[in-house]
Amino acid sequence: MKINKIIVSFISATVILLSTSVASFAKVVGDKIVLGAAISLTGKYSSNGVHTQNGYNMAVDRINSMGGVKVGGKTYKFDIIYYDDESNPKRAAQLAERLISQDGVQFMLGPYSSGLTKAIAPVTEKYGVPMVEANGASRSLFTKGYKYLFAVLAPANLYLDVAIDLAVEKNNGKGVTVAMAFEQDAFSQDVRLGVLDAIKRTGSKKVIDDKLPKELNDMAATLVKVKQMKPDVLVVSGHTKGALTAIRQISEMKVDVPMLAMTHCDAAKLSKQHGKNSQYALCASQWHKTLTYKDDFFKDGMTYDADFTKEFGYAPPYQAAESSAALLVFKDAFERANSFDQKKVRDALAATNMQTFYGNIKFAPGGQNVDKPMVLFQVMCDDGGKCENKVVAPTKWASAKLIHPIPSWSKR
Amino acid sequence: MISVQACLDGILLGILFALIAYGMALQWGVMNIINIAQGDLVILGGYIAYFMYLYGIHPAWGVIVSPIIMFFIGIAIYKLVINKVVDRDLFISILATFGISILFMQLMNFAFGADVVLANSDYGTTMLFNSNVVLPNSKIFSAFISILFAICLVIYMKKSKLGRAIRATAQNARAAKILGVDTEKVYAATFGINAALCGVAGALISITFTIHPYMGLPYTIRSFMIVIVAGLGNLPGVAMSGMGLGVFEEFADYILGTEFRIGSVFLLLVLILVYRRFKLSRKREYLK
Repeated sequence: MKINKIIVSFISATVILLSTSVASFAKVVGDKIVLGAAISLTGKYSSNGVHTQNGYNMAVDRINSMGGVKVGGKTYKFDIIYYDDESNPKRAAQLAERLISQDGVQFMLGPYSSGLTKAIAPVTEKYGVPMVEANGASRSLFTKGYKYLFAVLAPANLYLDVAIDLAVEKNNGKGVTVAMAFEQDAFSQDVRLGVLDAIKRTGSKKVIDDKLPKELNDMAATLVKVKQMKPDVLVVSGHTKGALTAIRQISEMKVDVPMLAMTHCDAAKLSKQHGKNSQYALCASQWHKTLTYKDDFFKDGMTYDADFTKEFGYAPPYQAAESSAALLVFKDAFERANSFDQKKVRDALAATNMQTFYGNIKFAPGGQNVDKPMVLFQVMCDDGGKCENKVVAPTKWASAKLIHPIPSWSKR
Repeated sequence: MISVQACLDGILLGILFALIAYGMALQWGVMNIINIAQGDLVILGGYIAYFMYLYGIHPAWGVIVSPIIMFFIGIAIYKLVINKVVDRDLFISILATFGISILFMQLMNFAFGADVVLANSDYGTTMLFNSNVVLPNSKIFSAFISILFAICLVIYMKKSKLGRAIRATAQNARAAKILGVDTEKVYAATFGINAALCGVAGALISITFTIHPYMGLPYTIRSFMIVIVAGLGNLPGVAMSGMGLGVFEEFADYILGTEFRIGSVFLLLVLILVYRRFKLSRKREYLK
């Protein structure tokens, strides 16, 4: 009995000793800056979680191979500790706690999705750990007064308002009628708020405002209303499921609408799944390879696209590109702060003003990137049925002319 | 015209749900098991059709291949898990099938990825009433196949030896056993038939809607509700309740808005249960 007690005490002491020793070394180990990330490697967000991880890894390899990060006259390399958050917000928050208090991580990269970022942000804020995130766009993330949260992407409310502006422009500056179908989740409802602002600003009118339940993959009733009301624009946001369902049912029900704008078409690989039926759909995107932003590490969008495809065997969705950009932001901030002091790095992050292959990055006091507009691409197909995404707005980045109004189904 | 459209959309949707519910009612009635993994079996069936589509086979063939594969998967699930809980109380079986549901979700996510997918049938569209009512042929096909399978099953249940054994076991398992029915075999076959029906429904859903590893639960809930409304062992009731719920959903969506669609169906369920209880309590009073 006594021997048992001694063994248990010895094991406990060893475990405690090991955990504390990890904590005291982990932030910068030798020549390595260790970042922490909880990523959805399993569960419903695992596809985009993997894109996020690939984007992070690509940037880490590139920065390390091109000289690393120079702080205090010494060169450091990036390293990332990953944990799988199982697409579960509670698990993500637990893992953030573990990364910070057990692994001793002092700088974090964001998870995938607004919901998981919302779960992690209070934890990083509590410990004063700067977090650069690339996949949480919900507006509510930037209105809570977080001081240590920085997002390289444009907030959700800017996703589709550019489509309303475009429709008004095509209508000679006069207001248009808008039908809206948005899933009932934080992200899509933020997109909705942005569209409502644009409707108000342009003197347009909403004629349908449907909120699609998360578990629904049928929007026939909404489309019946669209056929009846004949709006000038139909906007849909419901993640990948919403985009695929909308195109399937619009083509099956032959719904004619002059403009159709959506989110998550890139991830949905619309043209791959629906072929020519997806033609003319407008898709909001954070990034497109044809944009002409530049940096020293990835050169430009086209080069990033080619390098990423070579390394991972598929073309990078915008989720991967923005994740790579997050590492570029951290590198820049560390070098300007010239220190690993969390407060100094946080201040350097707040003062970021740079261009990356992904876009310009400058943070508002709330943490959102205010210097990078969303782009809209339109799915365009040739006679052989080969479809491509071409940027049509904003005009500055356009690589093709918008086709408007969408030809009716009877003429296709 | 809009009400005709909503009505037809609802009926076509409801027939598909009724097929899933029929499988649930069958196994609930025979084995006294509420299968929480019902929707996940549907989605797995959908993936079988989707993979056929990926390999260049028309997904409609999925309605033949998918039930065959799913039948054997159903039997395997029975042999591994269900036969250990079939005589226990309902709560144990709910827990067990809930576990199977989680396992299936994770396995499908692991094997097929977390992308939303669909199989294109390219069946086109039927226009009615001067193009005012539009029906996708994929939905008409789904409804037709669902009815066909339901009819075949009814005939099989009435005419075949196994069908009669299943019905006998549902009425009184102990008596059936005494009279020489191998109830173990009957249970396995029932679970297999239910999985096969889910396979058919899944293949049809991949053609009509979209599938995703985590999309199974709504199908479980809908079929559960249809069975609750119709009652066990009441096949015409299941068909009517499926179609009725489909039409009710479409109208609720159109009149109240999409956000109230599922809520209205749940409200209807509560009202039906309250009404039933009321009717039952009056009956008891009369018996006194």
